[in-house]
Amino acid sequence: MEQLPALLIVVPLLGAPLAAMLPNGRLPWLLATAVSWIGLAIAVLLLMQVLDTGTISYAVGGWPPPWGIELRIDVLNAFVAFIVAGVGAIVMPFAGMSAAKEIGSRKQSLFYCLFLLVYTGLLGITVTGDIFNMFVFLEISSLSSYTLIALGRDRRALTAAYQYLIMGTIGATFFLIGVGLLYSLTGTLNIADLAARLPDVVATRTLHTAFAFIVAGVGLKLALYPVHLWLPNAYTYAPSVVSAFIAATATKVAVYVLLRVLFTVFGADYSFNHMPLAPILMGLSVIGIIATSITALNQVDAKRLLAYSSVAQIGYMVVGLTFITTAGVTAAVTHVFNHALMKGAMFLALGAVAYRVGSTRIRDIEGLGKAMPWTMSAFAIGGLSLIGVPLTAGFISKWYLILAVLERGWWWLALIVLATSLIAVMYVWKIVEAAWFRPLPERNAGVTEAPLGLLVPVWLLTAANIWFGIDTRWSVGIAARAAEMLLGVAP
Amino acid sequence: MRPETALILTIVLPLVGAVLVALTGRWPNLRETITLITGVALLAVVSTLVSPVLNGTATEVVLANTLPGLSIALSIEPLGLLFALVAAPLWIVTSVYAIGYMRGHNEQNQTRFFVAFAVAISSTMGVAFADNMFTLFLFYEALTISTYPLVTHAGTDKARRGGRVYLGILISTSILFQLLAIVWTYSVTGTLDFTQGGIFEESTPGWLIGVLYALFVFGIGKAALMPFHRWLPAAMVAPTPVSALLHAVAVVKAGVFTVLKVTVYLFGLDTIVSTGANDWLLYVAGATILLASLVAMTKDNLKARLAYSTVSQLGYIVLGALLATELGILGGSMHIATHAVGKITLFFAAGAIMVGAHKTEVSEFDGLGRRMPITFAAFTIGALSIVGLPPFAGLWSKWYLALATIEADRLLLLGVLIVSSLLNIAYLLVIPVRAFFLGTDDGSPGIKEAPRACLIAMGVTSAGCVILFFYPDFLYRLAGMVAG
Repeated sequence: MEQLPALLIVVPLLGAPLAAMLPNGRLPWLLATAVSWIGLAIAVLLLMQVLDTGTISYAVGGWPPPWGIELRIDVLNAFVAFIVAGVGAIVMPFAGMSAAKEIGSRKQSLFYCLFLLVYTGLLGITVTGDIFNMFVFLEISSLSSYTLIALGRDRRALTAAYQYLIMGTIGATFFLIGVGLLYSLTGTLNIADLAARLPDVVATRTLHTAFAFIVAGVGLKLALYPVHLWLPNAYTYAPSVVSAFIAATATKVAVYVLLRVLFTVFGADYSFNHMPLAPILMGLSVIGIIATSITALNQVDAKRLLAYSSVAQIGYMVVGLTFITTAGVTAAVTHVFNHALMKGAMFLALGAVAYRVGSTRIRDIEGLGKAMPWTMSAFAIGGLSLIGVPLTAGFISKWYLILAVLERGWWWLALIVLATSLIAVMYVWKIVEAAWFRPLPERNAGVTEAPLGLLVPVWLLTAANIWFGIDTRWSVGIAARAAEMLLGVAP
Repeated sequence: MRPETALILTIVLPLVGAVLVALTGRWPNLRETITLITGVALLAVVSTLVSPVLNGTATEVVLANTLPGLSIALSIEPLGLLFALVAAPLWIVTSVYAIGYMRGHNEQNQTRFFVAFAVAISSTMGVAFADNMFTLFLFYEALTISTYPLVTHAGTDKARRGGRVYLGILISTSILFQLLAIVWTYSVTGTLDFTQGGIFEESTPGWLIGVLYALFVFGIGKAALMPFHRWLPAAMVAPTPVSALLHAVAVVKAGVFTVLKVTVYLFGLDTIVSTGANDWLLYVAGATILLASLVAMTKDNLKARLAYSTVSQLGYIVLGALLATELGILGGSMHIATHAVGKITLFFAAGAIMVGAHKTEVSEFDGLGRRMPITFAAFTIGALSIVGLPPFAGLWSKWYLALATIEADRLLLLGVLIVSSLLNIAYLLVIPVRAFFLGTDDGSPGIKEAPRACLIAMGVTSAGCVILFFYPDFLYRLAGMVAG
């Protein structure tokens, strides 16, 4: 049991080369699925353990921190690890049919190897207690996701991957420069140790610089407006499974990194009182929410539409955390979870559409409401959750966000949040209308419902959207505990 | 049956009905039987709630605890029962009518139609019996979404445009204003439970009460207060039975019901009067009543005219709520029922004319009365009741509303009520007059009395107009309990 934190990384890390060595065909997929399920089991056990007994510290190789590498798991990252592993365990079975069709049969083992590497990287970022380690895992996940995106069928996937590569590398480099500066100041890379030492050097310009580099770097990874431009292309042209997995997890992990850096490494006091970060993040996010919601409205490809909507949703999370109140951070963390559910469900549904129709352009979705009722209703429910209709998970996030906003008395911001939900209504409705109110075009006449192998994962996530819209004790409860821990109040 | 079970059944029964209807779509007669049986069963279940309400037994069922202090819960109280007692029987009548209409009109997708109808009724029951504002909001939105397929039933471009306006206005008002008001209220008071006398503490600043109340009143778009009334005429692209039940009874009444509920149980009459939160809103309601009546006069299309008439009549109920006096609440609550029976009769007749004579414009009705005497007789009764003349039900609610304006010393609003009633005569009664007395029977073929199912439905609701005039005691008693 006490080796669990290490196993969470080691199992998929070993699975990756193994998948590459297996012959193309079903085997790599079976392996990846097995690994993702083991990963989920470990993540669940860890989460339960953390909720039960508090923070777990694991010294890699038996070297005690701060000298050795520490894996440090508290309520927040156990929750994020659970999200990553959970989405992985649902997406992987879906990949079986979807990837077989979208990616050449000769690249199957390579594909699953890369997929497991992204998975490893994301989990690694989440559980590590060492900031340099965080960078390493960030690179593992980023490099492998560049390649995964490049595997997309459309040739534009190559430029998308290249764009992401450039932006992602700049982000990672910034992060690394910041980490280097921190090391030069304190001589330590362990997050807990850093947090203890940084207050002594608060006044130095080096720390200011490090802070700026790290925040900018994470901002790039996060696709914070206006450095989000890599994201829409990457999500649009990547293979369906990859879009679903990355959309549901990668930016969430980046939000986690931001939370960790701002609240744990630098401390809320430094990040928001010494540095004018709150107005900057808040301003950028609010502009971003409005701008990208409107951009989403004008898209002709459903995946691209969702991608822009994702940037807006990230804005909600960042707005939440800039309040530095329990309600605000709870809203942010809750939305990390809920957004993974809704975007996961919607991207998977589009994956099923791509499987049958071969495209996700809104024109090609026309008439699918009748031809693929289960897929499209799952998409619609995901859409309702995205809008924030009551009884869906999205409503809960919105509720907490607005509560946090009103706690500050900023009713105008509450109006903006609600007004952008209305824009969400419009763009979701655009697709719903196409699916149910347009006739099926000739060229899609033979389209039938997606096979069960795709529908089951889609509906698992869809059902989760409803479940966590009604029973929020678990999701919000954990988010609230994480928020309290980050802000250093109560338990 | 225990009242708790009955409460849950009011929501579940129509849903079960919806599923069964969907499963039996291939056999229309069986499908329609199921709709009717569900309707009767629902009415029976709602009736069992009468005596617990009259005895004042507190009954509450918590379905789920969504957030701390915020549960999905149902309970019984007089206003909700009144609303449910209006909606449940009229659902049966409308179903009978719809069967005749949909078959007579050879409509497509009838199964989808009856399924959505049942879901909408389930949501209506949820609105009626919601124990807190959160639950009410939930069913309010469910009602909007479940009625969308009904509004756009025809599937034409026109229907889709209408549907877009319908959804657009209802969703945007509910999200922008109502949800904001709900969250704000929660963040101020920490609760959303409907409580006699309101949930705001006395120390709450007056401006905040004023802002929140206005957000609620405009945010409840289903109450069709101007300038957020456009969805109602837009929704008239729906098949007539939908207009009849949903846009004379369930949807619009869910709106005004919510306004009443918010007024009485969230704010409390005293809070509203003492802070003056209702002052300017009263004139908005007054303007809605008058303007909508004036617009109705200009409409030649019968359904459009009825739609604006509904907007105007909803204004009466909102006005009653906004007066925030016992008489106002009493009159407003009674008007929910009396307007419902009157207006549904008018819509039934409009549909009957469409099926029987294939005419939709008032100017084409000359002489139709001789071919369709029953339809136009029913129309006359409904119109008289809406105008508020004896011996029809509409008299009572208008009577109390007028008394309320006098009691509140708002003579201007009394004037509005009187002028509007005169306008009602001008744009409603003129229709049967034309049909009976103008034009000649040119003997053109194809014009005949509507299908029997439609006639029965009209007969029942026009009888309702008369019965409620002679026996208003029960209604009065329930409405009186709301007013306190």
